[in-house]
Amino acid sequence: MSTAAVQFKSDAARLAADLRHRALIHTALSKYEVKRDEMKARFQDWQGARTLAAARKQEAVNHLDQYLEQFVRGLEARGTKVHWAGNAQRARDIIVDIVKARNARLIVKSKAMTAEEIHLNEALEHAGFEVVETDLGEFIIQLRGEAPYHIVFPAMHLLRGEIRQTFAEKLHDAPSDNPEELTMVARRVLRQKYMQADVGITGANFAVAETGMVSVTENEGNARLTAALPRTMITLLGIEKVVPRLADLALFLPMLATVGAGQLISGYNTMYGGPRQPGEADGPEEFHVVLLDNNRTALLADAEQREALHCIRCGACLNVCPIYRNVGGHTYNTTYPGPIGGVITPHLRGLQEWKHLSYASSLCGACAEACPVKIALHHHLLRNRRNSAAARPSFWQKLAFKAFAPVANHRSLWKLVTKGGRLGQRLHPLIKATPLDPARAWTRTRDLPPIARQSFKEWWQTRL
Amino acid sequence: MSDPATSAPGQSGGETTAARQAIFARIREALAVAPSAGHGVGALATSVVEVLPAVGATFAEQVALFSRNAQDLRAEFKQVAGFPELVQELQQLAGEAGWHRLATHAGTLTDAIAPALSLPVLRVDGGVDAAELERCDVGLTECDALVAQTGSVLVTSRSAGGRALSVLPPHHVVLARADQLVAGLPDAFALLEAKYAAGYPSMISFITGPSRTGDIERILVLGAHGPKRLTVLMVGGEN
Amino acid sequence: MTVTLFIPCFVDLCYPQVGISMVRILEKLGHKVVCPEAPACCGQPAFNTGYWHESRAVAVKVLKQLQDAEVVAIASGSCGAMIKVFYPELFAGTEHEALARSLAPRCYEFSDLLVSKLGVTDLGARFPHKVTFHDGCHSLRELHIHDAPRRLLAKVRDLELVEMRETVCCGFGGTFSAKFPAISTAMGEVKISLAEQTQAEYIVSNDSSCLMHIQGLMDRQHKPTKTIHLAEILAPS
Repeated sequence: MSTAAVQFKSDAARLAADLRHRALIHTALSKYEVKRDEMKARFQDWQGARTLAAARKQEAVNHLDQYLEQFVRGLEARGTKVHWAGNAQRARDIIVDIVKARNARLIVKSKAMTAEEIHLNEALEHAGFEVVETDLGEFIIQLRGEAPYHIVFPAMHLLRGEIRQTFAEKLHDAPSDNPEELTMVARRVLRQKYMQADVGITGANFAVAETGMVSVTENEGNARLTAALPRTMITLLGIEKVVPRLADLALFLPMLATVGAGQLISGYNTMYGGPRQPGEADGPEEFHVVLLDNNRTALLADAEQREALHCIRCGACLNVCPIYRNVGGHTYNTTYPGPIGGVITPHLRGLQEWKHLSYASSLCGACAEACPVKIALHHHLLRNRRNSAAARPSFWQKLAFKAFAPVANHRSLWKLVTKGGRLGQRLHPLIKATPLDPARAWTRTRDLPPIARQSFKEWWQTRL
Repeated sequence: MSDPATSAPGQSGGETTAARQAIFARIREALAVAPSAGHGVGALATSVVEVLPAVGATFAEQVALFSRNAQDLRAEFKQVAGFPELVQELQQLAGEAGWHRLATHAGTLTDAIAPALSLPVLRVDGGVDAAELERCDVGLTECDALVAQTGSVLVTSRSAGGRALSVLPPHHVVLARADQLVAGLPDAFALLEAKYAAGYPSMISFITGPSRTGDIERILVLGAHGPKRLTVLMVGGEN
Repeated sequence: MTVTLFIPCFVDLCYPQVGISMVRILEKLGHKVVCPEAPACCGQPAFNTGYWHESRAVAVKVLKQLQDAEVVAIASGSCGAMIKVFYPELFAGTEHEALARSLAPRCYEFSDLLVSKLGVTDLGARFPHKVTFHDGCHSLRELHIHDAPRRLLAKVRDLELVEMRETVCCGFGGTFSAKFPAISTAMGEVKISLAEQTQAEYIVSNDSSCLMHIQGLMDRQHKPTKTIHLAEILAPS
């Protein structure tokens, strides 16, 4: 097992047994579930919407070169500077260079999973810049030095008391643990940052090819301010975020909000196409768009699993995944948790090192059912398993499955197994759940079913 | 298709071009193989309009829908018959909310309204001084449309005085005409395409309700960063 | 009709009463039932673990056993999904692909067979207990079986069906239960808790592998709720 796999198994075991954590996640998601189902029901045809959304994304990703070119043309026509980052290091360097060239000191940032992916904040801080997260959830975890717990709700795992504690320690301003008061503290602190910041960095939910615009979805208005006040604006996004037409957002924005947050539409959905244009009252002098590959083209090249790039990062699959709900977001220890993380992380970060995320699933399929763009996530987890076993088979597992074949295929051997099994069961209590027990993965917490005194095939024989 | 080797305006030169070419080369190579069939996309018998939430057929139904949606999301919505009523409504609002300073932009509605409120007015058209704007209690803007389906206000950096005006002051007041109400999101995008065919503004924003967050224990708090209050006033149409 | 039974390995060894119930039900309905004498494993364990070559080694036996069957009744939803949904992919590009594709439409999970193929919902059964139904994920999401078991249970005299508040995986997941036992156990506990909230005496399912996991967990934790396969409730006594 890779180091990441060992860590995952250990963290998963600890958290799966933590009943307080289990209840916390359940509570955190239960309100969302009610609203999500309410909003889905408002659609005249939710399943039809999924089919349309899947088709749009299929078109976009399978003509990615054409749509990216169109996207960039539109942006550049308005004076946007477009940069191309083959990998995370290049993306970090590009952004650090832009910030340096603009003589910046303070950077404000709105939520961007792609920025987490490339560890942007570390690079900027290392280069001597102050970076402030402005999304409330991200702001809180930045103060705590934690990774986001969920791709939409980064502070989902925290209680108000913990947040109050953090504000008291780091901001010396924590009047109470009332959520409204705590939010107002953050508002006061961040307001100053927006006004003073030299650079605003955002992510993007969609890249509209037709009109050359990035689309940013949020509820707080922090991205709006990040994109309004600083002199320089940078948007970082993965190349796969493309949608063909502006009007496609009429479908994607409400679907994203519905399954992402249980809202019909998010508070602010904003399209940015360039820096401040002639005649406009304000806006950044410079607008930079950084397009990130970082192994997305590798996933694109896998014709069988290419559709994983259709993902709109809504988090719906996380919310329904029984594994995610029991082990929580931090256990995955990588940018993208949950089912989508299980599918794409082996492609983005290495198959053998991250295949355990594809194995840590009962393949229940709730994710695929929830996915607004109909990615068959559970089937892709199976294919990752196949690919990893083919590339690097486990000697013992391969042997076990090979040995099973004759037993499963021949009556006489199966009879032996049946009789031997009965005998073994009589002796099993002696070693049950001990280190000697070959079935202890099961028997540590569960009893084994008794082998029947007469198997079905034995009974069938008596009738013939 | 444009020639990737050409340095278009905005590109910073050789390294960017090489990186761009490398990425496009990988994309084209990847796409040389068609995707595997059978990912359940299915026949496209329906259109976006048919799958999105229903919007009602008449103006009255759509106003009612906008009103319900906006209010569900904690925005205030009021219909007034004409300009005198609009002024009255705003004066009441100014008194109740305790406005001392108002920020706005040039526009047919705003030009007619702002002077009638007897408040110091900051105009953003020549440029926005963030510190000055921060001292304003209210940002008064026009809009491109009101969207009934979602209870949203559609603004752009051209129709609503730039970017900051509609998000920095703690109270955002939107002045709309009845004929600006559109049924659904598809109509809103069609409107944008028609209105800005010659060239889009640098920012387009769908605003739905005041600023909000649920990041602390999923408890709804308004005014996280953007306005704590959003008031939409619609002039004309049936009352 | 001649119905060929597919009795998976664990049903053969541990839950023969499920197979026996299926036989009695089908014979009461007037159908001829045949069952290959040889053992059978659908190959899902190896398939799910990524060893598709080894999976094919056992699955091909199943293909051959069932190739001439008119109709196949499968005792568990997860084996049903393996044969109907995954065999075409498992055998894609091999000499057996055509056979796999031709077999799929002839296979039915048991409740699906009764309701969809044979058009039967009332088997004259009686089961005077309060029960809740657990949908095996493969049945539910791969085979799209949801109503059939409920329509069958609705005709069982004196039976009261109470649904669980949430539909969620029990945590078995085949080899997942052994590879990630802690997560599997946690998921099983969530399922048991949902069942207990219904106050049902029995958890009924169309998948014995799920029940094996749920019952095993309940036995260890000394919980009183019992598990039973749908076929056992429907079978003539």
